[in-house]
This record gives sequence, structure tokens and C-alpha cells, in this order.
Amino acid sequence: MLLAILVILPFVLGGAVFCIRSCPVRRGILVAGAGAHLVLSCAAVFGSPEPLFGGLIALDALGGLFLLLTSILFAAASFYAVGYLAKENPDERRDFQEGAFFSNAPQTVFIACLFFFLGSMTLVTATHHLGLLWAAIEATTLASAPLIYFHRHHRSLEAAWKYLVICSVGIALALIGTILLAAAAGPGREASLYLDDLVSHAPTMNPLWFKAAFVFLIVGYGTKMGLAPLHTWLPDAHSESPSLVSALLSGALLNCAFLGVLRGHQIGAAAGLADFCAPIFVALGLFSMATAAAFIIGQGDFKRILAYSSVEHMGILALAVGLGGAAAVGGMLHAASHSVTKAMLFLLAGNILASFHTKSSHDARGVIRALPVTGVLWVAGFLAITGSPPFGIFISELTILKAALDAGRYVLAAAYLLLLGLIFCGMAVPVLRMAQGRSTPHIAPGPRGEAALSVAPPLVLAGLALLLGLYLPPFFQDLIGRAASLAAGM
Amino acid sequence: MDALALAHAAVVPVILIDLALLASSRLVTCIRLAAAQGAVISLTPLLFESGPPAAHTVVLCAVALALKAVVFPLLLSRTLRRVVVRHEIEPYMGYPMSILMGILGLLASMWLAGRLGVPDVSFRAFSAAFATVLTGLLLIVTRKKAFTQVIGYLTAENGIFLLTSALAPGGPLFIELTILLDVFVAVFVMGIAIHHISRQFDSIDTDRFCSLKD
Repeated sequence: MLLAILVILPFVLGGAVFCIRSCPVRRGILVAGAGAHLVLSCAAVFGSPEPLFGGLIALDALGGLFLLLTSILFAAASFYAVGYLAKENPDERRDFQEGAFFSNAPQTVFIACLFFFLGSMTLVTATHHLGLLWAAIEATTLASAPLIYFHRHHRSLEAAWKYLVICSVGIALALIGTILLAAAAGPGREASLYLDDLVSHAPTMNPLWFKAAFVFLIVGYGTKMGLAPLHTWLPDAHSESPSLVSALLSGALLNCAFLGVLRGHQIGAAAGLADFCAPIFVALGLFSMATAAAFIIGQGDFKRILAYSSVEHMGILALAVGLGGAAAVGGMLHAASHSVTKAMLFLLAGNILASFHTKSSHDARGVIRALPVTGVLWVAGFLAITGSPPFGIFISELTILKAALDAGRYVLAAAYLLLLGLIFCGMAVPVLRMAQGRSTPHIAPGPRGEAALSVAPPLVLAGLALLLGLYLPPFFQDLIGRAASLAAGM
Repeated sequence: MDALALAHAAVVPVILIDLALLASSRLVTCIRLAAAQGAVISLTPLLFESGPPAAHTVVLCAVALALKAVVFPLLLSRTLRRVVVRHEIEPYMGYPMSILMGILGLLASMWLAGRLGVPDVSFRAFSAAFATVLTGLLLIVTRKKAFTQVIGYLTAENGIFLLTSALAPGGPLFIELTILLDVFVAVFVMGIAIHHISRQFDSIDTDRFCSLKD
């Protein structure tokens, strides 16, 4: 019952938003809905709710971890959205980048799509049926495209179109993978797409068919997850959408797509084919990190830097799963730390963008002076995302490194460290340049101070990122451990 | 002629239409070809069924037929009249080269089917399905007009539909999932027609979409 409410609630609220005319009430519903969702998901993750419809809706530790992350991020983003939407002028205005006039999409549509986006992500995490999982991931694409195209100018249209075209092809490939996976059970057997059936039939599955299916799944869902070289939609969508949407895309949506890949890996591990999957994960992971490093260095647009950093971290996640064992535990912790840290950074980038009116890291100078809280958090977030102690990502990256060394994969570990170092340098230059100094007079920020609603959500997320590094509560450690053993098929 | 022989015969027009799609530059022709292919393909689940088809499958096939052969072609032609494009101009890959790639794709699909050990009953349909998916993907990446790319997506989707009916692993469930892909086609058509893509650019050349390059 709990799970059913959890899945249906966002869709009902999303529909209800269309019937409400008052703007403040709609924003109130957004916050209330996000809060209710957070409470319900905590209850679902730490309780053990009954599976519904014979496993169609069921929550395991792996789905639970990603559900919790999605819900926390959505709550943070919805508080941020209240302040953001109140300031967004609905009339036509001048685009600060190119000077053309544009207007926003109606806020009703924006809030409704946020809810639909949340609902479809919840469904992704709370299903054990690979067909439904696929349909839910398709739904996330459809629900998030209007969010990217909130500012109706040609750059965001281009980003949304690119996102739709590339991800729809990815999703078509993932469907082929799902079909082949079901066919791998062999002719004459009643094909089932329930994860539990697939895992229990895995040992007698046709390995060749599974391999073909897995390749399609990882290419298909990997497109959505932003693994290089399939990541090309990601920097555009993340840099052109409103910052709170970027935070959700990067922190929640990419994880959901990763879950799709992990479900395939779970079956592969049960079939004894983990040796086939591991090199694919490792190769894609390292390539993603290398691609991210190449594009972060010298990048001027600070939102694009954050987007490429997401490509890097998705690469680390893939690498962790490919290494397996202790690295998988590190990988799950990494997913959690990356989500909260990256969401915080995107929300801060939104604050900087709102007062400096530029996305260039060369022009937005003196952030600490102009926006003290945002500026300090911006530097802290940079340290957290690049894996400096004492934040969560430091612990998870160290765990993955240790697992690689323990497995005797020294070349891999060296490449991993080198790329992390390169990305640290690549991000340090623009971030520190922005934080320090005096703001240039002609792009000085407006007289508006920092609103509580625009700094409180990143502050809370920063606290979580710190907590993940300093002290893992036992119940969360347990959740991560169980999620990792599912993901790595242990 | 029994149903299975008919199913094998249906593979021939599907492959021929793939090659024709790769060869034609007139958008009206492309729409008609994709519609014809969709019509043939949406009936294949009935042909592969042993025994009388279930009512559920018949309904799904009818829905697929209506979408692929009637609704989308009509929508696309209406949109085509509004956006004033007639031809695909200067594709990234020339037409003779495209056809060659299409044939190579067919060979690769047959190789894959042989490698996977697809049973004889569905061997031909499996190869044709993969060839059609590859044709669709080729159209998406080598053509410049957003319009042709949508037709490419429709073709790839036809291929996936044929794949489900050849393998029929989950019966009607997979046909339902494949029909869900049509939502994307609908969104693309809407995007081109009403959602400013033609209006703001006065052209649906996706080359213009390049301001976000790194």
C-alpha cells in the first residue's frame, strides 16, 4: 500500500496542479508534495513494504538507495524552486547571453512536469519488472524535456531537442536489449521480465543471448546515464536548463538510468557472466573519466564544467561496478555522495547565475565577496566533488582505489588517480578564480542579498555530503552494503 | 500458403523498403515508404502465432496498424505541408553509399542471427528486423533534416516491432512496450510542427542546431 501511494502521489499532484490558478498555492503544493514523498520514501526504504502486483512494484535495497537520493534531491530542489519561481518574471525579457527576447514556459506546466518527473523516477526505482522499468525510464525522458525547455530561447530548445533525439535512440536500443534478455531464456520457455524470475533462471540462460542483450542494455541506458562516448546530450541539457532541473537531472536521473544497467548486471552475475560485463564497465568508466577530463580543462562555462563532472562521476560508478567486491560498496557510497554534492553545486551555480547574469567563469568574479554563503559553499562543493577529505566522495573514491590495488590492477589504479588529479586541477582554476577577487564593475551583482530559500537547500546538501564523509549512520551503512551486494551480484 | 510462409514472404518487402528509404530524397516518398513498411510489419505478430491469435494480440496489431500506417503518415504529411520542405538536401552520406551501408547492415544482421543461433522459424524475420533497425539509425545519423530523422526513428521502431514478433518472448507485453515508443515519434512530430522548431529557425535543418558545440 505504501509503495502504491509513493508511486501514485506525484502523478496525482502533477495533475492537480493544472486545476489550481493561484501561483503561491501551486508552489505550496510542490513543497508539500516533495515533503510527503520524502517521508514516505524514508518509511518505505527503512521499513520493508510488501511487494504489490506480484513484484511489479517492489523495493529492494538497490532501488531503495536510489529512491532515497531522488527524494532528498527533489525536496531540496522544490524548496529552491519556490524562491526561483517567485523571482522568474513571466513576461518577455532579454536573454543576457545573446540579447534576444524570450519568455518562460508557464509555471503550471513546469511544476506539473517536475511532479511527473519525480513520479517516473520513483517508478524506476520501485519496480522489479524490466518492462515497466524501461517504460518508466522512457517516461522520465518525456517528463524532463519540457523542464529543460523552460526558458524558451533557441539554446534551450536545441538542448531539449538534442536530449530527446539522443535519449530516444538510447531507449529504443535498451528495448532491444530487454527483448533479447527475455529471449535469452530460450525458446519454449514462458518468457518473464520479472527480475526475480530472470535471476533464478539465469544459470540455464543462453549466454550468447545474454551477452548481446547486455551490450544493448548498457549502450541504451548508458546513453541516458551519460557514459562517454554517449554523453553528448548531457552538457547541453545540464547547462541550458534551470539550475534546479540540472540538479535533478544530474543527481537523480543519471542514477535511475544507472539502475537500469545494474539490473542487467545483476542478471549477468547470477548467470556467472560477470567476467563478461566487468571489462565493459571498466572500459566505459575510464573512457568517461578521460573524456570528462579533456573537456573540463579549459572549459569556461561553469555549468558545463559541472555537467562534464557528472560524466566523470558516472564513469567512476561504472568503474566501481566493473571492479566489483569492495569497490561496489564504494560505488554505492559514491552514488549517494555524488548526488548530494552535485545537486548542491548546481543550485549554487543557479545563485551565481542569477546575480551575475553570466555563465562564464571568467566574468563571474568575486563570488565570496558578493554572495558570502554561496561563495564559501561553492568552494566547499568544489573540494567535495573533486574528492578532498573530509567529504563523502573522498571516502568512496579511496575505497574504489583500494579495491583496485587489492585486486592487483595497478595500471588501472594509476590511470584512475591520474584522471582524478587532472580533473582536480581542471576544476580548481575556474572555481577558485570565480570565488576570489573583486567583481568586475560592469557585471557586478545586483543589490539583492542572498535569499534564505536559495542558500538553505545547498547548505543542507553540503551538510549531508559532509556527514557521508565523517559519520555513516549504521542504518545507512547497512543500506549501502545491501545495495552493493545486489549491484555486484554477490 | 500457410501463415508462416506468408511471414517469411513479408520479410522481402520490408528489406526492399529499407533500401528504398536509404535511396530516396523526396520526403513524401519517404513517408509513404515508412507507412507501407509499418503496415506490413504491424501484421506480422498474427502470422507468427501458431493457432488462432489471441484477441489481445489482434487488438494490439490493429492499434499498431492504425498508428504506423494511418496516423503518423497523415500527421507527417500535414506537417510537411506546413514547414515547406520537400527534399533532403546534401545528406552527410550520399545515396549510393547509404544503400551500400544498408546492404552491409543486412549482412551484419544475418551474421548476428547466425551467431546467436536464432531458430530457423524466425531467422529471416530476425535478420530483417535488425537490418531495419540499422537502416533507421543510419537515417538518423546521416540525414540533416529533423524530418528525415523522425522517419528514421519510425523505421527503427518498425524494426523493433518485427523483432518482437519474430521472437515473441513475452507475447502481447512486448508489442505493448514497442507501441510505447510511438510516443516519441508523436513528440518529435509535435516538436517539428507546433513547438517552434520550424518557427524559430525557419528551417528544420538540424545543422543549425550547433550553437552548443564544444
